[in-house]
Amino acid sequence: MGAVTVDNIVKFYGKKEARVTALQGLSFDVQKGELFGLIGPDGAGKTSLFRILTTLLLADAGTASVDGFDVVKDYKAIRNRVGYMPGRFSLYQDLSVRENLEFFATIFNTTIEENYELVKDIYSQIEPFRDRKAGKLSGGMKQKLALSCALIHRPSVLFLDEPTTGVDAVSRKEFWEMLAHLKQQGITILVSTPYMDEAARCDRVALMQEGKIMSVNTPAGIVNEFGRPLLAVKNTNMLQLLQAMKSCEGVEDAYPFGEYHHVVLKPGGEAAVKTILEQMKMPYEQHPVTPDVEDCFMALMRNKDGQ
Amino acid sequence: MDNNKVITAHELTKRFGDFTAVDKITFEVTRGEIFGFLGANGAGKTTAMRMLSGLSLPTSGQATVAGFDVYKQNEQIKKNIGYMSQKFSLYEDLTVKENIRFYAGIYGKSDAFIKEKTGYILDHLHMTSEANKLVGSLPLGWKQKLAFSVAIFHEPQLVFLDEPTGGVDPVTRREFWQMIYEAAETGITVFVTTHYMDEAEYCNRVSIMVDGRIEALDTPGGLKRTFGARSMDEVFLKLARAAKRSE
Repeated sequence: MGAVTVDNIVKFYGKKEARVTALQGLSFDVQKGELFGLIGPDGAGKTSLFRILTTLLLADAGTASVDGFDVVKDYKAIRNRVGYMPGRFSLYQDLSVRENLEFFATIFNTTIEENYELVKDIYSQIEPFRDRKAGKLSGGMKQKLALSCALIHRPSVLFLDEPTTGVDAVSRKEFWEMLAHLKQQGITILVSTPYMDEAARCDRVALMQEGKIMSVNTPAGIVNEFGRPLLAVKNTNMLQLLQAMKSCEGVEDAYPFGEYHHVVLKPGGEAAVKTILEQMKMPYEQHPVTPDVEDCFMALMRNKDGQ
Repeated sequence: MDNNKVITAHELTKRFGDFTAVDKITFEVTRGEIFGFLGANGAGKTTAMRMLSGLSLPTSGQATVAGFDVYKQNEQIKKNIGYMSQKFSLYEDLTVKENIRFYAGIYGKSDAFIKEKTGYILDHLHMTSEANKLVGSLPLGWKQKLAFSVAIFHEPQLVFLDEPTGGVDPVTRREFWQMIYEAAETGITVFVTTHYMDEAEYCNRVSIMVDGRIEALDTPGGLKRTFGARSMDEVFLKLARAAKRSE
């Protein structure tokens, strides 16, 4: 049995007339020791799913298990075995760094010393500030303390809900390096993020949108599913170029992608694109590119809308 | 002064006790420009934006925004700018129409102006049938697009966008940038922060703050040449990795 199994989980919010379906029947498994990413924008259902798996919220239908235990029947066993870092800072602001860590160790009947080895790499970075109140820490340090507290009872499964949201590119990279390190220690990690580029850091990912899973695969597998030729194009009038590409008959979709526009081609569409680039009479650049997870996410959204 | 400059800042500085949050920043933003304001967490972006939007007095240095002085005319600045953030922009328990009415009223717009422009905006956003729905019931992407329309409803000279696309899906994120381009075409200057490095490419010019100072300011192409980088992500990492302080 996998470390986490999710079978047809459904969650509603609100009364009948104004009922919102947050999770529309999700199913997937996470293997032991896997670093598994839930990738999707706000409103995809990532937090609802995490709260169901950590036994803080009841599903309206479906079943799920964590470390072999049922999320409803065996909720007490699960609570002893999981670590959970919610999206919002969850520590006691008026306790010191050391007091927070001690508190979490104590409620799980353990001590900092017993599991120090596991949190050492992370906690040692904030240990110089052990007497500072948690509320007075910088964002990056709060994040490290929250992760230490979620780990101090040596959980078998760790849930991290959007740990890198609103965090700058440098700190995001550092955080993912910490996760890679934890994975080596055998902890199963489920992490959610709205940043598509972080998918590449995971063993497997589920791409989520509006309460549904659009695809579950390895990052390479997701890219292979794209299955259509993709071009990067640019010239000296990017706005005009985008309009021209969108109305080109050889093109399925065109959208800005950093410095370039990405152009998804219909079969044999290259010639039509080339003609337009020539007709615009500007210096241009075009070359085939490998799609990344964001290209794939948009393609899946488009398919779902039936466009 | 030069009427074509919507922001001028000269050695603008803000200190809190012995901590220098913003350290002598000097730059100008031209009318109609899309200006990207980047920096790591704690680099001083928020403090700088608060000074430029008339919410916080500088410790030293000079700056004008929309032609007004940040020390003496901060009330006029507030009337001539728009502001939108990811965290808070609209009242969830007011309807779409009520939100528009509320913000337009704050900026002293006439009923006739509000009526005409509300119709135009709802039509443009394809939200006419949602006009009387609570904002809290709308998908995030719609909220963000509506929030942007509301922030520029009073036709300000300049709009500050603080991480406007955080957590938004990739398709809506691009639609949002389409709206930014349209606003810039009408002459509204856009001052935007983001953690998405691909979005830095969509700006006319980008500044990168490190430890309270502007360490680099150029077009995206110019920055990549200067730092010998292939992408804005690389430029950002090269500069931000050198930072001494975190928040």
